[in-house]
Amino acid sequence: MNAPLIGARVQRKEDARFLTGVGQYTDDVTFPQQSYAAFVRSPHAHAMLKKISIDKAKAAKGVLAVYTGKDLADAKVGGLPCGWLITDVKGQPMKEPPYPSLAQGKVRHVGERVAVVIAETLDQAQDAAALVEVDYDVLPAVVDAAKARSAKPIHEIAPDNTCYVWAIGDKAATDAAFAKAAHVTKLDFINNRLIPNAIEPRSANASYSRAEDAYTLYVASQNPHVERLLMTAFVLGLPEHKVRVVAPDVGGGFGSKIYLYAEDVVVTWAARQLNRPVKWTAERSESFVSDAHGRDHVTTAELALDKDGKFLAMRVHTTANLGAYLSTFASCIPTILYATLLAGQYTTPAIYCEVTAVFTNTTPVDAYRGAGRPEATYVVERLVETAAREMKIDPAEIRRRNFIRKFPYQTPVALQYDTGDYEATLDAAMKMADVKGFESRKQQSLRNGKLRGLGYACYIEACGIAPSNVAGSLGARAGLFEAGEIRVHPTGSVTVFTGSHSHGQGHETTFAQVVAQRLGLPIEKVDIVHGDTSKVLFGMGTYGSRSIAVGGTAIVKALDKIIAKGKKIAAHLLEASEADIEYDDGVFKVAGTDKQKAFAEVAFAAYVPHNYPLDKLEPGLNENAFYDPTNFTFPAGSYVCEVEVDKETGVTQVVAFTAVDDFGKVINPMIVEGQVHGGLTQGIGQALTESCRYDASGQLLSGSFSDYAIPRASDVPLYKLDTRETPCTHNPLGVKGCGEAGAIGAPAAVMNAITDALGTRDLPMPATASTVWQAMQKAA
Amino acid sequence: MSLKVSMKVNGKPSSAEIEERTLLVTFIREQLRLTGTHVGCDTAQCGACTVLMNGKAVKSCSIVAMQAEGADILTIEGVAKPDGTLHPMQAAFKENHGLQCGFCTPGMVMNALDFAKSHPNPTEEQVREALEGNLCRCTGYHNIVKSIMAGAKAMGGKL
Repeated sequence: MNAPLIGARVQRKEDARFLTGVGQYTDDVTFPQQSYAAFVRSPHAHAMLKKISIDKAKAAKGVLAVYTGKDLADAKVGGLPCGWLITDVKGQPMKEPPYPSLAQGKVRHVGERVAVVIAETLDQAQDAAALVEVDYDVLPAVVDAAKARSAKPIHEIAPDNTCYVWAIGDKAATDAAFAKAAHVTKLDFINNRLIPNAIEPRSANASYSRAEDAYTLYVASQNPHVERLLMTAFVLGLPEHKVRVVAPDVGGGFGSKIYLYAEDVVVTWAARQLNRPVKWTAERSESFVSDAHGRDHVTTAELALDKDGKFLAMRVHTTANLGAYLSTFASCIPTILYATLLAGQYTTPAIYCEVTAVFTNTTPVDAYRGAGRPEATYVVERLVETAAREMKIDPAEIRRRNFIRKFPYQTPVALQYDTGDYEATLDAAMKMADVKGFESRKQQSLRNGKLRGLGYACYIEACGIAPSNVAGSLGARAGLFEAGEIRVHPTGSVTVFTGSHSHGQGHETTFAQVVAQRLGLPIEKVDIVHGDTSKVLFGMGTYGSRSIAVGGTAIVKALDKIIAKGKKIAAHLLEASEADIEYDDGVFKVAGTDKQKAFAEVAFAAYVPHNYPLDKLEPGLNENAFYDPTNFTFPAGSYVCEVEVDKETGVTQVVAFTAVDDFGKVINPMIVEGQVHGGLTQGIGQALTESCRYDASGQLLSGSFSDYAIPRASDVPLYKLDTRETPCTHNPLGVKGCGEAGAIGAPAAVMNAITDALGTRDLPMPATASTVWQAMQKAA
Repeated sequence: MSLKVSMKVNGKPSSAEIEERTLLVTFIREQLRLTGTHVGCDTAQCGACTVLMNGKAVKSCSIVAMQAEGADILTIEGVAKPDGTLHPMQAAFKENHGLQCGFCTPGMVMNALDFAKSHPNPTEEQVREALEGNLCRCTGYHNIVKSIMAGAKAMGGKL
């Protein structure tokens, strides 16, 4: 009997190559005849393009070509598409302005691409890019979402810079509940704009074969098939079978590598013009202005309660900053993935949320780790904690009074939660965090000149967005299934092809654990292949913590087909009835007998079908499956954060952080903990250090790691983690997903802790030393 | 103007014709095709390009290749034994899940090797301080800290 792999802390298969420097990221790929691209980017946030002079650049040493927007327009290269159509409160489609790959007549944010220079070497391309002269007629810019509607129009089709006004929930019932409330808590929030900053910068390397009339694009992407679909069908008008997209090792994504980017389009198109491979890799300063940003909401939120602290209703008005253009999934983030989560873990009977999405002269905003759900959790959990303090009810107790306890549970904002046990994670987190001992720790901190605070966040998220037909009715322009293939080789080893993509998550290990356990094989017999459209049949990629719940289930479905076929083959070999064959731990057995065939023997018979039911069964052992979930999964958890604030300087340190999550069934606890560590750190980054800032003219002030502070090792503590398992009810593994949880729950927990320490009602994120110090001066 | 630069990289004499402005990391990645050393920023802050130069951790994006003339350079490709056995620091990263996407990892390991020579039994605080110049966006540093503490112990102060 093999030891169980599901639930085991299996060390990662992928580590060997990363630890020895032989991983292959996009920029590591260099082809014969390689050429290099450098983009000329707008230094202005909003300007008319008067004239672009490219002669000097074209004449420079090593330059192969210089292209501008006109070249792309002449070649009929389309604009970048948006993958989700939101219908507004009046039943009208959202405003969808063109998003050209190279600017057409106007630039709308700093860093927008105006021209590209391609040369023999990268130095030559960059030197020549500096020789492109662009005459701009500078226009007034707007960067703040709250000021966008009255600013100068950015796009012709949206004169008030509004993409849509959208709403969800029962407004009348919500207003009526507020009218009879014993207590109302109201807060104004800014959910700060973040810049994802995966440590591997975006990169794309396209080549073209004239003989085959076919393209190959290596690209740092989270979803190569989606990239190919969008680029071929909507932008370049190419047939998909002529385009291979490879997302090899990818150095982190966090959402920022989901999208089809203009640079990918330009190098692919240019590779054919030049009949040369064309490579572009972002410098970090380019990443800051051209990778899609995250968050950026301005919100007013109210919670109505009865005299006992029961939630009666929630009313939320949000203005969401979409930036200058609609990035691939921008429109669904502040709507479908935000407002639907406002019930949180609670039985709030009436919820109404209105979202105004606006264009500004800033980098486009799209999904960043959590994508809508951190913003929703921040609203709910800051309101709940504040209401508890105002009503003098213990913050844990007010949550308990309102927890959902019966499942399935239909929220007033569209979602139906399948399962959960919110009290279990809260109890475990409070015990682990030693909440009882907090007062004495607080006194000790005071003696050291520090203010200590404790804050909770009880989050819920919705992962594995689905089913496709429901999403389609809400405006999705893509399917939301996943595909998988099991290829059993003649001697019984297995290659698994998955449409999910790993860029740090460890799928090569987790998925192999699932397959090896289900087939009863040693894990060494199973390899996972992902990230190449020429190998994997199809895929929707990795985002929204969907990989194990959707991609994993597709693999399980394919495995079921393998075992079903194996039973037919075994029945023939063992001269038994198929109904009597059982499969267990790598062996096909005739029930109640000692007659059996090992998995490898059955596989061999399938490929050397001499003794085989050829009249009834095809040879070979290879199956694929597509899986479209019937519902989201709903991971949830309880976080307890403790901070210390230096009374003299305002410096705030997270001194303890406890997270108890319910991810359903956990396949590899070591990997899951790693995901939570990373998510928590990004969430703490949002709360304490990360702030994307523009000046009024639209210049990005936080455009380098000197000015934009992603957390360093000394900014975060060792985390205390645990899990509780209520298995998902609608997928065979009982899994829910874990990738985003930390980033969803942490900001509210940290800010609840800081406001507790300071005794202030609210504080803007990030709570830098300066922000906290000023708040302390104001209070004093 | 092009000129010739020579140094020892992972024990092997290596030379190339380069431009004066060529950075050490560019020489390593593009001339020698040792792509385990990564570039994650343009302001010498992320540390993904860290290599050992004459035994000391340096950010290879912040010096030009000429400055390494005659130097002894160790990159991530030269850390494991020739038979493929992982160095104790590499093994500690694997055992403690000290890496996720792997992009910052070579720089983390190289910096950790230098640090561990003088800190055979470091505290958590010392490790966090030593990581000031290395950014990771995946792990939240938790398991990197544990990896370096374990790796340093296993090294016993010797590279």
